[in-house]
Amino acid sequence: MVGYCMVENVKELLKLHEGITHEVYLDNENSTTVPPEVLDAMLPYYNKKAYGNPTLTHKPGWEAFETIMGCFGKISRYLGAKNLEEITFTPSETEANNLAIVASCFAQKDKGKKIVISEIEPINVLQVAEMMSKFGFSTTKIPVNNEGFVNLEKLKEAIDNQTVLVSIAAVNNEVGTIQPLKEAVDIVKAKNPNALFHTDASDAYGRIPLNVQQLGVDMATVSSFKIQGPRGVGAFYLKEGINLERILEGPIGTQKLWPGVENTPLIVGFTKASELAFTDFEGNVAKLRALRDKLVDGIFAELTDLRFNGPRGDKRSPDNANISILRCEGEALTIELSLKGVYVSSGSACSRRLLQPSHVLIAIGRIFEEAHGSILMKVTRTHTEDDISYVLDVLPSAVNRIRGIVGSTGVH
Amino acid sequence: MDLFRNPKNLGKMEDATVVAVAGNPACGDMITFYLKINDQQVIEKATFESYGCAANIATSSIVTEMIKDLTLEKAWTDITWKKVTEEIGGLPSVKFHCGVLAVGALKRAIRLYFDQKKLTYPSWLSKEHTFEEKQALEEEELAKTLSKRMKPEAEKQQ
Repeated sequence: MVGYCMVENVKELLKLHEGITHEVYLDNENSTTVPPEVLDAMLPYYNKKAYGNPTLTHKPGWEAFETIMGCFGKISRYLGAKNLEEITFTPSETEANNLAIVASCFAQKDKGKKIVISEIEPINVLQVAEMMSKFGFSTTKIPVNNEGFVNLEKLKEAIDNQTVLVSIAAVNNEVGTIQPLKEAVDIVKAKNPNALFHTDASDAYGRIPLNVQQLGVDMATVSSFKIQGPRGVGAFYLKEGINLERILEGPIGTQKLWPGVENTPLIVGFTKASELAFTDFEGNVAKLRALRDKLVDGIFAELTDLRFNGPRGDKRSPDNANISILRCEGEALTIELSLKGVYVSSGSACSRRLLQPSHVLIAIGRIFEEAHGSILMKVTRTHTEDDISYVLDVLPSAVNRIRGIVGSTGVH
Repeated sequence: MDLFRNPKNLGKMEDATVVAVAGNPACGDMITFYLKINDQQVIEKATFESYGCAANIATSSIVTEMIKDLTLEKAWTDITWKKVTEEIGGLPSVKFHCGVLAVGALKRAIRLYFDQKKLTYPSWLSKEHTFEEKQALEEEELAKTLSKRMKPEAEKQQ
């Protein structure tokens, strides 16, 4: 009955959106729009060419093998890896992070039982690390300051000879903080050269210069949809010479760490999206930054009682805008904006199935009311100035209407 | 959904007989009910304000509609969170607590009316807190606990 009600409610909700003339998707944290050139690159791989299993001995199989090898090569170059064998395609960022944590803990279980992460890691690192307690591993969470930078002193203190794994995201997915990753790696390796260092680089890839060899990380994760590639594919980097065991069993194809038949069209789409992000990388980043700054400056010019979450300037990812709007509940605002064709997400407990506010915003010292009233927006290189102008046209009135419903309730 | 877009009975009431608040903004869920009650103990007018999600806004709004012209006794006994949820056309399970909180705020307002007027509770008004009032209290307690768990060392920005 509840399920039925929900479907009916969603139908009703969708009907209310009829007649929208301009749509701007800014929820690129949670999914994305795939540009036509990426989709066009993928489609032939479903039924025109390379649709075979790359391990089998026939033309469509060999075509698939050749295609996937080309993709391994390109992704390894974009990441600054030494060779293409260091790359594994996974179904997404979540699977790559699970692989990194579970496999590296199991591989080193005789050396120690300590995992070190930051307290603002994405959920698919945080919860996997916590889950490892079932196997006797403990997780230390390093605090961050009010801009989301990891406390390097505390990191140094936490590393000892029992530490088997450190995982710190290169760029925080919610507040855009660019971590001093090279320094963090050096600190960890100086105290314990055997501890493996993993970084979820999904929000760094295509946005900041990233080179796994120069950083000295042992493992890295990147995600396709975070750079406007198709959902359902990501990549895992594992430095040559490090041995991990599979966490899933099944038929092995072109990659030993992830079994199953390779999804050639998705891998091609991810590679194409990477190509588009890395061809004129500086130009793309400048565009992201200009659009994001126009968005943020415009919102601050129109509204008062706002908090900007995360750092400003060069230490922030160029695409990320995260703003707490006081006296305005975030989930209500996401719905109000949706009815006007602007799609954003919120750190409000109400908008999450867990019914808890964003752990990242709480970790940077935001009080609950500030977390509930937060919205997260990420611009892409396919957004236009007109898109941002449209958002700036509709957002203030949406905020003012929700603030009107709040009235004096909950205002301190 | 229509009640989210065009909420009925929204806003503060200056001449309210009772004002009751339930929830806590820390939970992202807070309702204020303003009731105007006449000498015959009939609710003449009810308005609300809400710091909450769309479901919270809609359930608060529908409660103010449902209780209009009801006696306090009828409002107390007839308005349950299940009825509110039905009236609104169903809520997803994670949003059930919005309906519970709205009814909790209503019951709190009715109890407050008797407390403020120093009247003896009628037989239909239980001395013990109802399920919805308890839930509201629990949610408020939870908010307090969660607030305490927040990092003391994190400096406030801006």
